[in-house]
Amino acid sequence: MKAFSTHRGIVAPLDNANVDTDQIIPKQFLKSIKRTGFGEALFFDWRYLPDGRPNPEFPPNRPEFKGASILVTRNNFGCGSSREHAVWAVMQYGFRVVIAPWRQQGDARVPAFADIFRNNCVQNGLLTVELSEAEVEEIFQMVGRFPGLEATVDLDEQRVVLHVQEEISFHFQIDPGVKEHLRRGLDAIGLTLQHEADIATFEKSHDVQMAR
Amino acid sequence: MSKTLFEKIWDRHVVRTLPDGSALLYIDRQLVHEVTSPQAFEGLRLAGRKVRRPGLTFATMDHNIPTDQQTVIRDPISKAQVEALEQNCRAFGVTLYDLKSERVGIVHIIGPELGLTLPGTTIVCGDSHTATHGAFGTLAFGIGTSEVEHVLATQTLRQKKPKTFRVEYTGRLKPGATSKDMILKLIGLIGTAGGTGYVLEYAGSAVSALSMEARMTIGNMSIEAGARAGMIAPDDTTFQYIASGDRPFAPRGAALDKAVAFWKTLPSDPGAKFDRELTIDASAIAPQVTWGTSPGMVTDVSSVVPAPGKVPGYSAKDVEQALAYMGLTPGMRMTDIKVDTVFIGSCTNGRIEDLRRAAAILKGRKIAKNVKAMVVPGSAAVRRQAMAEGLDKIFVAAGAEWRYAGCSMCLAMNPDQLKPGERCAATSNRNFEGRQGKGGRTHLCSPEMAAWAAVEGHFVDIRERM
Repeated sequence: MKAFSTHRGIVAPLDNANVDTDQIIPKQFLKSIKRTGFGEALFFDWRYLPDGRPNPEFPPNRPEFKGASILVTRNNFGCGSSREHAVWAVMQYGFRVVIAPWRQQGDARVPAFADIFRNNCVQNGLLTVELSEAEVEEIFQMVGRFPGLEATVDLDEQRVVLHVQEEISFHFQIDPGVKEHLRRGLDAIGLTLQHEADIATFEKSHDVQMAR
Repeated sequence: MSKTLFEKIWDRHVVRTLPDGSALLYIDRQLVHEVTSPQAFEGLRLAGRKVRRPGLTFATMDHNIPTDQQTVIRDPISKAQVEALEQNCRAFGVTLYDLKSERVGIVHIIGPELGLTLPGTTIVCGDSHTATHGAFGTLAFGIGTSEVEHVLATQTLRQKKPKTFRVEYTGRLKPGATSKDMILKLIGLIGTAGGTGYVLEYAGSAVSALSMEARMTIGNMSIEAGARAGMIAPDDTTFQYIASGDRPFAPRGAALDKAVAFWKTLPSDPGAKFDRELTIDASAIAPQVTWGTSPGMVTDVSSVVPAPGKVPGYSAKDVEQALAYMGLTPGMRMTDIKVDTVFIGSCTNGRIEDLRRAAAILKGRKIAKNVKAMVVPGSAAVRRQAMAEGLDKIFVAAGAEWRYAGCSMCLAMNPDQLKPGERCAATSNRNFEGRQGKGGRTHLCSPEMAAWAAVEGHFVDIRERM
């Protein structure tokens, strides 16, 4: 997995909430037995017209967002199916970062990204950045005013900087374990296998039938 | 210290705590299907790794397979994926229930049928509906393909401990309402991200009164509330289900007695603390139907299609987009929504009790002209049982198609798909745009609601037909 420290790129907007993984990559592309070739299928139903040409109405298709590598979207991105193909598609299209808002619901803070999708992002080195709804709204506003604007996402400093005339920056929180995993581009299986002796010891006294 | 059901299972499975505070969690069973596993097996191969516990790994094929017959896959790409699973299972020594097996079926249907799903254990699968198995008091959740590979190689997962969320359903369901309506109601209340980061525990008198199969419908859709897992404490209903039938992997005799004694220690202790709690009056739950493109866009069948700006948790724009896609206008009565397709099946509602309930309505009736109805059993075993009871004849006499087992039109990764603009009453779990076929419009509901919609050609308040 490629390590992540800091990334600068064009921000593309996708102004939809609850973007599900069926929408990120429709089922007909899940028949592949490979890990590659999914970039062309990203957001397939929204991105292409019935005749196969790019849909000019779909914001990321606009010329000013060509080559974008940071996606800004709304809450609950990646909900639905566990398909990791969704993360592969987002990354193989060229995105390194997805930004979305967490929300306050009563006393609870509702995360910006669906659980399984977020885990899959960590496994692949795709950085998910959670900001407040107001901060994400500001990014949408800025992208609307300055289409093609670039941002720098600094994982070490946990900061997103919009490169407009007067730079605007946002601090984000991230689980320290996830941060370390992404920064070092770690191989989870390799790390776990360092605990092989612990697993073997555990198995000796663990009954998988009743799990006692 | 008082512990929740979840905490008791979690604590028993922690191999060790990792430096970042997460746990290395032991996995008792991994279930595997053809779609999310090929890259995981390929990863093992490239790294020269083996499956650590092939005896704890069980595979089947369900997503890609046709349901008009059982054995021939005409789509060459689907066929290649199914063949890849066969080769991988052979090469790595994993038990496979293939299309020729008498026990083939949707992965979350056959786990419980085979006795693989047991209280107190951990189960994972590269599939978000793994939450189904939580109905047994099992910690079960969906994972991505990288994590599938991790479990294959190590029989563990690196997991951060989730928070706990108890949902208590008080009272009893009224006639016409089902466990499908209980879970749809919850999703409508808390939203499709309301459970993100939590493990749900469903409790209360209305849950205790449910059969195992009805409980599985609730567990199944936990992910539609954002929760990776949703659990129900094991009780006599659970033990009787496990003790009955042909379940080759369930304990029997003295081993079963010993297991039951242990399982009885699993329910949450009195006074156990949950991070969040919610109470729902089950007696007030009406039959539910979704009207939009997210499972949280749901309402009572006796209600109307809501207006943009009037739906908690969804912006006006979200609702406008959903209504445009669904071809509905605000204020329209839910019972005026006409359907042209009815799908009864899936890991949510494809079990024998679901089919019996649909058959009880279709018996002696005909489905409406212009409606195409499909009944797809969740497994080969469900299909055999239904035929032994003559349910197939009831469905066919009513004008419905009686199919072979598979995921079918729930996700349309096989030949069973909606065409653009077609409108379907579906007993499955997702009404996302294009889920059942590009341009297809899905309304989620219970088997009873779907069966009545088939008969009358539009949704009906089934309480008026009882």
